[in-house]
Amino acid sequence: MLLIHCPYCDEDLPELEFTYAGEAHIDRPADPASLDDEAWRNYLFIRSNVKGPHYERWRHNHGCARFFNAVRDTVSDRFLTTYRVGEPRPDLESLIGKEGRE
Amino acid sequence: MTAFRVAESGRVRHDRPVEFQFDGRSYQGLEGDTLASALLANGVHLLGRSFKYHRPRGILTAGSEEPNALVGTRRGPGRYEPNTRATVQEIWDGLQAESQNRYPKLSFDLGAINDRLYMLFSAGFYYKTFMWPRSFWERVYEPLIRRAAGLGKAPQEPDPDHYAERHLHTDILVVGGGPAGLSAARSAAKSGARVVLVDESAEMGGHLLSEPGLVIDGQPAWDWLAGMLEELRELGVRVMSRTTAIGYYHQNFLALCERLSDHLKEAPADLPRERLWQVRAGQVVLAQGALEKPLVFDGNDRPGVMLAGAAQTYLHRYGVRAGDRHVVATSHDSAWHAAFDLSDAGSRVEAIVDTRANPSDALREAARDRGIRVLSGHTVTGTSGRLRVNAVRVNPVHDGSVGPAETLGCDSLLMSGGWTPSLHLFSHTKGTLRWDDESDAFLPDQQAEACHIAGAGRGLWGVEAVLQDGDLRGAEAAEAAGHKPESGAFQVENDRTGSGETHRELPSDRKPGRARAFVDYQNDVTAKDIRLAVREGMKSIEHVKRYTTNGMATDQGKLSNMNGLMIAADAVGKAPPQVGLTTFRPPYTPTTFGAFAGYHRGDHFEVVRKTPIDSWAEENGAVFEPVSQWRRAWYFPRQGEDMEAAVARECLATRKSLGIFDASTLGKIEIAGPDAVEFMNRMYTNPWTKLAPGRCRYGLLLGEDGFIRDDGVIGRLSDDLFHVTTTTGGAARVLTMMEDYLQTEWPDLNVWLTSTTEQWATIALNGPNARRVLEPFVEGQDLSPEAFVHMSVAECRVAGFPARLFRLSFTGELSFEINVPARYGRALWEKLYEAGQQYDVCPYGTETMHVLRAEKGFIIVGQDTDGTVTPDDAGMSWAVGKKKTDFVGMRSLSRPDLVAPGRKQLVGLLTEDGSVRLDEGAQVVADPNQSVPMAMIGHVSSSYHSATLGRSIALALLKDGRNLKGQEVYVPLPSGLHKARVTDTVFYDPEGERLKV
Repeated sequence: MLLIHCPYCDEDLPELEFTYAGEAHIDRPADPASLDDEAWRNYLFIRSNVKGPHYERWRHNHGCARFFNAVRDTVSDRFLTTYRVGEPRPDLESLIGKEGRE
Repeated sequence: MTAFRVAESGRVRHDRPVEFQFDGRSYQGLEGDTLASALLANGVHLLGRSFKYHRPRGILTAGSEEPNALVGTRRGPGRYEPNTRATVQEIWDGLQAESQNRYPKLSFDLGAINDRLYMLFSAGFYYKTFMWPRSFWERVYEPLIRRAAGLGKAPQEPDPDHYAERHLHTDILVVGGGPAGLSAARSAAKSGARVVLVDESAEMGGHLLSEPGLVIDGQPAWDWLAGMLEELRELGVRVMSRTTAIGYYHQNFLALCERLSDHLKEAPADLPRERLWQVRAGQVVLAQGALEKPLVFDGNDRPGVMLAGAAQTYLHRYGVRAGDRHVVATSHDSAWHAAFDLSDAGSRVEAIVDTRANPSDALREAARDRGIRVLSGHTVTGTSGRLRVNAVRVNPVHDGSVGPAETLGCDSLLMSGGWTPSLHLFSHTKGTLRWDDESDAFLPDQQAEACHIAGAGRGLWGVEAVLQDGDLRGAEAAEAAGHKPESGAFQVENDRTGSGETHRELPSDRKPGRARAFVDYQNDVTAKDIRLAVREGMKSIEHVKRYTTNGMATDQGKLSNMNGLMIAADAVGKAPPQVGLTTFRPPYTPTTFGAFAGYHRGDHFEVVRKTPIDSWAEENGAVFEPVSQWRRAWYFPRQGEDMEAAVARECLATRKSLGIFDASTLGKIEIAGPDAVEFMNRMYTNPWTKLAPGRCRYGLLLGEDGFIRDDGVIGRLSDDLFHVTTTTGGAARVLTMMEDYLQTEWPDLNVWLTSTTEQWATIALNGPNARRVLEPFVEGQDLSPEAFVHMSVAECRVAGFPARLFRLSFTGELSFEINVPARYGRALWEKLYEAGQQYDVCPYGTETMHVLRAEKGFIIVGQDTDGTVTPDDAGMSWAVGKKKTDFVGMRSLSRPDLVAPGRKQLVGLLTEDGSVRLDEGAQVVADPNQSVPMAMIGHVSSSYHSATLGRSIALALLKDGRNLKGQEVYVPLPSGLHKARVTDTVFYDPEGERLKV
């Protein structure tokens, strides 16, 4: 069972308190009506499905109930970082570099 | 004393005999024996029949890796445990064990015919033999194979034992209580770290228990062990025996299974049988030792053939000789010492057969001193003996060619093919292995978790080296956990260091196709099977494994994986590291379902949510049904009524006069804040801006994909406060979805969402007399039809309780839903029920609710919709705000697929014969005379007998359904083919006259 750091509670807590909520940094278009069918399809269904560091959303639903973002390596299942909604994508290079030094 | 017991020897209590039974016969063992050691002491070697060929099998090992000696043990009703490893099960007075997979008896088994037909049962025989005729697979072949193959039988009764769960946090967890684990635990604990030491065995010591001749730091090994355990106790180390580390997961999370009662004659009633520990450790030291490999030769599975290290364990730990006349076949020095020890204990060792041309002079000399014949540079080419080995066939090998055979008589053949470092838990963590040429073994390479591997697991050999290594790894772990490392030194006398070589199957002068040389004993996989798999195109070790089932039995390939790899590598023509090893997966040893289930069984399996009115329903004879996690009153049968009669009565009573229904499980969310109406507009399809406070509206919620997710009536209590209701099962999902949009898409909106499902008890009064019974209770709201119109909401008092009162209808009747704080729910229900007596008030349950709503064509989300239904498909375009520019899912409603013709649409179905009630889920076809498989145009989503209409009604999702209205369709059911007419979805009171009461 993973330990996940909730960036709002600032605690490492067991995976059981969290649920996965899909890929992160996919903004709902401000004016969906202006999108053509293909663009809307891409928003709805197309995901990056990466092998390696993945930007994704989690919710601390049995805790503070906040959604937050994380970078998790889909190969090792290791969390590289978690951060609050609205914060920019962390830089992957520096995350991996940091991981490498540990 | 039994024939094979060695006086004064072993850790068993010679003064405490234990009576037990095997296959109905009584035997005597000693306290401290395992079932295997006790049977060996009685000269019993035949314990079971093999999985596929029903070959007689005996005891191969002395530990949890045992693939052969699987028995059933019984300790009363429901306490039958199949596939118990006799090498692990400790005996107690009255223990009953029985052999498995044999008929009519162990010594004469009809299934053994399979062994004669072995040519038919080669690798992949399932896929080849039972291809034709196709329909025979399910009906004939598979049931036959399933009966013939397999091991123990699962017990039929419920398990009367209970199982516990615990969590544990520690600085350092040491797995394995052998010399490496002991020294690691000590050095870690001395540095001040919190340490837990676990071992699967009944007592700590590991290999030390099998080699009492060692002298450690000047003390005999067992005295040293006792002192060590005392020291660990003083250092505060938690020492757990009979505890298996079954799995090693992310971030140093390990699962341990502690066995508490299987070794006891009488367990205290409150003692759990097993306890599953979930451990989070700062650092882990893996000191799991090494497992001895069998040699692969014809007849290497006969009872009486045993690993040499196991024989050494039986001799020293249990005081049992594995036979009277031994032949030892080996490619490793360790087996020589087993031979010497047995010889010293009074057994006769006929010969030591070593595959190596030049075993060391020291060993030869020690053999000569004991008068043991040495055959170096030899191979083993066969064994004989029906139910126990009585002779071994050996041949010299010169420059790769096999010389003439010689037969050696014996009653025990001890073998050793070298040792495999036990890296199962390391492998669970995705730690990688590298091939070590020197030791011909895989050793740990890159690690993925904070763990340290100590001792034989790293390929070290000899107790001094292992003790020293454990000590260092323990210190290393302590330092990594933030403690100042402490380490010590060890001196070991009589240490038996040694080496060996690794083989594929041994060379033979006989036809290899005839050899029954077993690699995987438990799954009956031979060397020939592995070569055949490679010949048939399985080049990857993963394919070889699946095709032959090598390593796939409950022993997880502990003995077979390396031998299988050596043979496959040879067949493929590659070096072993290029072929690679299959992945070990948890659990390390077979684990009971009980341990995993723990407390989560029976009433504790799942939460049961009860409404405040549940107790009244129970007292009044309700039959309940589970709805998501709620228990809801389903119907209220009177004396002699079945469900159909009760539901018909409830429906008629409600339509005629008055029904009362507990709707408390409805999901409720309060949406509050200055931007509440904006939020509602964005979430729901309907327009909310113009909905006046005091009014309510049916709301439809879509996913962003345009499909219906949920629905419910929503009341506006004030400009900035909405009382949202959701489906019972959808409450949490809807709140999550709303939170998601609010937190991540529209954090600028000033809105608060609060789940209030359990805060309110909700009572629905339905029927023409609903107002008459309610009106006298209401203060603060005029209930007259003009003042409180259909689809209104008010905050008022009902029977003195603060209430949110809705006028809405899910039945088509005049209806009020009264929400009061949950604690007043039952009190209000009782008052209304009492007052309703003058109108013959009828309590009804969810089934009647379903019928009444279906008569009105109201959908149940999740029953009449399936996640692919749009508002238009459901005939509810009226609920979509035409002037809205955006809401969740709106853009999708114009996607090409969602506007294409031919979508499934919700319609009504009336069977030609009104007494026929269609099955929900039944498929609908247009033409009943078409050939099979028929083109299905949709399915029945709801179907009931309507007492009001005196006939059956149904709702269905049919392709292009609204255009089919008036036409006939067909529903093929097991009861026959039924004709039905497609109709509108509203069967009763389509004009809504009954609301105008």
